Amino acid sequence: MLAKAAARRGLKPLWNVQLQRGFATVQDPPVRHYGGLKDQDRIFTNLYSRHDHGLKGAQSRGDWHRTKDILAKGDSWIIQTMKDSGLRGRGGAGFPSGLKWSFMNKPGWEKDPRPRYLVVNADEGEPGTCKDREIMRGDPHKLVEGCLVAGRAMNATAAYIYIRGEFYQEASHVQQAIDEAYKAGLIGKNACGSGYKFDVYLHRGAGAYICGEETALIESLEGKQGKPRLKPPFPADVGLFGCPSTVANVETVSVAPTICRRGGKWFASFGRERNQGTKLFCISGHVNNPCTIEEEMSIPLKELVEKHCGGVRGGWDNLLGIIPGGSSVPILPIKKCEEVLMDFDSLKDAQSGLGTGAVIVMDKSTDVVAAIARFAHFYKHESCGQCTPCREGTTWMMNMMDRFAEGRGQEREIDMLLELTKQVEGRTICALGDAAAWPIQGLMRHFRPEVEKRLAQFKAANGPVLFGGRLQRDVPSELAIPDNMGPERPEQQLPPPPAAA
Amino acid sequence: MLRLGAKRALRSGAASRGFQTSSKRSADVTLTVDGKSVTVPQGTALIQACEAAGVTIPRFCYHDRLAIAGNCRMCLVEVARSPKPVASCAMPAMPGAQVFTNTPMVHEAREGVMEFLLANHPLDCPICDQGGECDLQDQSMRYGSDRTRFHEITGKRAVENKDFGPLVKTVMNRCIQCTRCVRFANEVAGVEELGTTGRGNDLQIGMYVEKVMDSELSGNVVDLCPVGALTSKPYAFHARPWELKDTESIDVMDAVGSNINVQSRGPKVMRVQPRTNEDVNEEWISDKTRYAYDGLQFQRLMTPLVRQGDRFIPASWEGALTAIRAGLTNSGAQGNSIKAIAGALADTESLVALKDWINNLGSDNTALDCAGGSEPPAATVDVRSNYLFNATIPALEQADAILLVGTNPRHEAAVMNSRIRKSYLHTGLEVGFIGERAETTYEYEYLGADLKAVDEFVKSKNGFAAKFKEAKKPMIVVGSALTEHPDGKAALKTLAKYVQANKGKMLTPEWNGFCVLQRHASRAAAYDIGFVPTASAAKATPSFVYLLSADDVDPKSIPESAFVVYQGSHGDLGAQIADVVLPGAAYTEKGMTWVNTEGRAQMGRAAVSIPGAAREDWKIIRALSEVCGEPLPYDDIVQLRDRMWEVSPTLVRYDSAEPTSVDVAQLGLAQMANALTPAKASGKPFEKPIKNFYMTDPISRASVTMAHCTKAFVKGEGYGLSKDETAAQASFA
Repeated sequence: MLAKAAARRGLKPLWNVQLQRGFATVQDPPVRHYGGLKDQDRIFTNLYSRHDHGLKGAQSRGDWHRTKDILAKGDSWIIQTMKDSGLRGRGGAGFPSGLKWSFMNKPGWEKDPRPRYLVVNADEGEPGTCKDREIMRGDPHKLVEGCLVAGRAMNATAAYIYIRGEFYQEASHVQQAIDEAYKAGLIGKNACGSGYKFDVYLHRGAGAYICGEETALIESLEGKQGKPRLKPPFPADVGLFGCPSTVANVETVSVAPTICRRGGKWFASFGRERNQGTKLFCISGHVNNPCTIEEEMSIPLKELVEKHCGGVRGGWDNLLGIIPGGSSVPILPIKKCEEVLMDFDSLKDAQSGLGTGAVIVMDKSTDVVAAIARFAHFYKHESCGQCTPCREGTTWMMNMMDRFAEGRGQEREIDMLLELTKQVEGRTICALGDAAAWPIQGLMRHFRPEVEKRLAQFKAANGPVLFGGRLQRDVPSELAIPDNMGPERPEQQLPPPPAAA
Repeated sequence: MLRLGAKRALRSGAASRGFQTSSKRSADVTLTVDGKSVTVPQGTALIQACEAAGVTIPRFCYHDRLAIAGNCRMCLVEVARSPKPVASCAMPAMPGAQVFTNTPMVHEAREGVMEFLLANHPLDCPICDQGGECDLQDQSMRYGSDRTRFHEITGKRAVENKDFGPLVKTVMNRCIQCTRCVRFANEVAGVEELGTTGRGNDLQIGMYVEKVMDSELSGNVVDLCPVGALTSKPYAFHARPWELKDTESIDVMDAVGSNINVQSRGPKVMRVQPRTNEDVNEEWISDKTRYAYDGLQFQRLMTPLVRQGDRFIPASWEGALTAIRAGLTNSGAQGNSIKAIAGALADTESLVALKDWINNLGSDNTALDCAGGSEPPAATVDVRSNYLFNATIPALEQADAILLVGTNPRHEAAVMNSRIRKSYLHTGLEVGFIGERAETTYEYEYLGADLKAVDEFVKSKNGFAAKFKEAKKPMIVVGSALTEHPDGKAALKTLAKYVQANKGKMLTPEWNGFCVLQRHASRAAAYDIGFVPTASAAKATPSFVYLLSADDVDPKSIPESAFVVYQGSHGDLGAQIADVVLPGAAYTEKGMTWVNTEGRAQMGRAAVSIPGAAREDWKIIRALSEVCGEPLPYDDIVQLRDRMWEVSPTLVRYDSAEPTSVDVAQLGLAQMANALTPAKASGKPFEKPIKNFYMTDPISRASVTMAHCTKAFVKGEGYGLSKDETAAQASFA
């Protein structure tokens, strides 16, 4: 009957449709829920420095356990394990680590007489991020052992740990760990008795955010001004002191020994495809219990906040927005925060990014415009000044954001500011330009009405504002204001049309 | 290899030049630029590949002679399969790459960068000296937006000006931080103090500590600066580029023969700029070359002068020339007692004319204006390779060991010195140094100051001598001051023997490692002509002396009774001791031939007219010869150049440095090696011939700018914080 009616209307019979859909109706696999990492699966077991951070304590937690055997398996085994584990760089960009390390072992690398270096980026300066410092304070041996394992994988002769200058205690702990490891023969001439010679050096930075960029870090380590280099050549070809080098984040390096011990498959069992593993998340801001926590990748953002941080101050509904990956990524409004999973791909789809996993939570008491303006200040201050778009753009954006925080501006200038961010983004030597542009783009994407409201309020109180922020009433009335300053003119009375003759 | 190729080419009748420039070529890559296929050597930057395809890429920081900074971001282009625009100066050309320079993305990127550059650039073009030749101006017209969006109430950046000394004026508000000057100073000039301080928008160019930029090449940063941040201090507010007439000429302040562009307005030289010549000066010139031009305005001889008692009386040309005829007759000078001394700034034409005239008068007493110039030269000048920079200037970059003997190239040939620095920075060049210690722009191994050091170097088997022996392309650079030194003959003898002993490396068809560095523009030509006295002539007591631009002459060496004629452009020392002064033309006022230290003949050109009654020098000598009864057989410059051809064809084979063949060079070495030397060495150290780089000839001595430089750089006055700016400036900043 139904089929008949459908046929009458020129449609195919329903059963036919059902046949066509056949394979699509196969039962969906059960939805896997991510999150809730068990204690036995935690890699960083002394994150809060409750136990001994020294060699003895570390060994009691499993560090340096049969490291010799890992080394004996050789470089390609370690790299393959890293590839199998699906580990992606934890410094923010999320480049597959195994692949990156394998760049060091190009065919014929043995013939290159130059020394080779692993450089560990411990210059953790991204606002909101506090994961590496916890590792270095509580689990420094994980880092030192990671240096050895990662160094073995890329056949490096030495590792340089470039630690942020402000991290005094962390530097002391890492240095202590290095000294202990040398003393115990774990690194040095015959590292862990494997016959592999490997040195680890600690270098303290002087407090520039840009030195966290890999090539700027290399420059700084060489004793030059911390200014990013042009790529190519990439550090794997010409890096530290002109030798093949790889720069890796502390967390990336520190998880390597555990992955090697427990297997790539174990690590890959966490998180979604292409976003596997566990990750340290640092949640700060308006939550009841800000913390750094190791969790499974792809944990829903809301669950992360509710479960580990005691929820948003004043309840989830009091949430204004969350910056999910440190100051460099765009902010997400509450609606998106409910949906996203904390991994690279999900956040990218939400037009944000995982970054360093630094979750900055803002409740409704936040002046979000002022908050982003503060970020603009930060990037202006930290721009190295080498390339034009970043040097000039960060200053310009900061000035405009300052004005918007006050409301001193015109609506048209919002679009102009967005255009400026586009002129900076992707035009610079390093990613600092992008990092400066994205928070502003995120703000305008999700909180534009808030900015517009601010502008309207200011205008109601102070009269029209010219482009650039000057008040129209401050311009002497006898002076003509050019049109490109965007003045408001009284409605002009058009002369009546001449009467038809 | 090179010369063999040349020989083969000659036999087949083809031009021989092409082969000399062949060098090892790496593989080529082919890519497309705007759909046009172009093939470039591997490792070429994308920006050069685009140039090769005929596409102009705007740029500020990129300069093909400096390291790549990639910081202005003006040269962004679109490359297929790259999501972001690519800085074409920093990206090597990849095979098969598809480059687009004319897409909306590229236009938008350029406009964006332009807007950022202009955001903090003052709008003071009307009072900026760069106006009219400003890259920022030109490119903002071509690539920028036609209206501004920058109205910020915070205003523009303000930067305190720096004091770089009397040559470079700084207006740091205009700086766009391209760092060309920093890279030039570090890589070429060897001023490692120039750098950037601060970061972000506070990035500043400066000397780290407050001091002047002490370099012989500092003026080049003015040319390099794409905006008006670094401009020429002496030229400030004097002229606009479109008012100037360009004349391509040759510099005479040293024997390098830098190619210059003399820019003049009416009768006045307004400034001197370098002209590119890869074989000579690349595109740099020294500060003396660039800034001594104001000396052309001062101390000029405008009319002939005849001495009456202790005064000079202006005379007509006829009066002056007849006075010389009378002087020549009355002095009773005969044969070798008629003496001519040629100075540093004498052009080749006048040297030939003067020698012809003196010879016609029966004298062989043609001397040079330097220590020992009245004696037969230490190295015989029968063979060109005995007094020329045989390896040629570009070969400095190929040498892997250089021994400097009695010379400080930094002051004697500043532009050449930059090549040694380049090689020192980029290769494992070893430099040894014999002579008075000098501050070079590279490290050297000091071997001693006198003849003994030369002997030790030859005998020694370790240290620099060993490295020199092992070098593939060793080079000995002998300073012109060595030939003037009492021990010069002995030193040359030792070195000549050394070269003979190591001729497998030092004297091959490809490489002649024995090089003499002349320091006077006229000297190589004078030797080519044979403007040196014979042994017998040198013994004669002169009673008639003709000074051709000779201003370094010792007045005591000229007998009181002698009749002295001075011919030259400036009233310097030579004119003071003269009985008759004949006003000649300066190098910017005559189109003459100059032979540089490599033996490369180059043609200068007249940029401005000759002031007053002064005349071109060869014409004066020609006129004088007629007044004195025996006119020289050339009536115009063409005939005179024919005569030069007769004397030596190399004098009129312009722009090429002709190598001396190995066989002939060996003859020359044998002459030096067999020379009779004094039995006992004087043991005096080989002193630097130039104590003050900024004042070496009448033009630079008359220059106010050079006087300022002497004060700032040589005497060190005004170094660091000067007295009058202790606090005032800082409080305004």
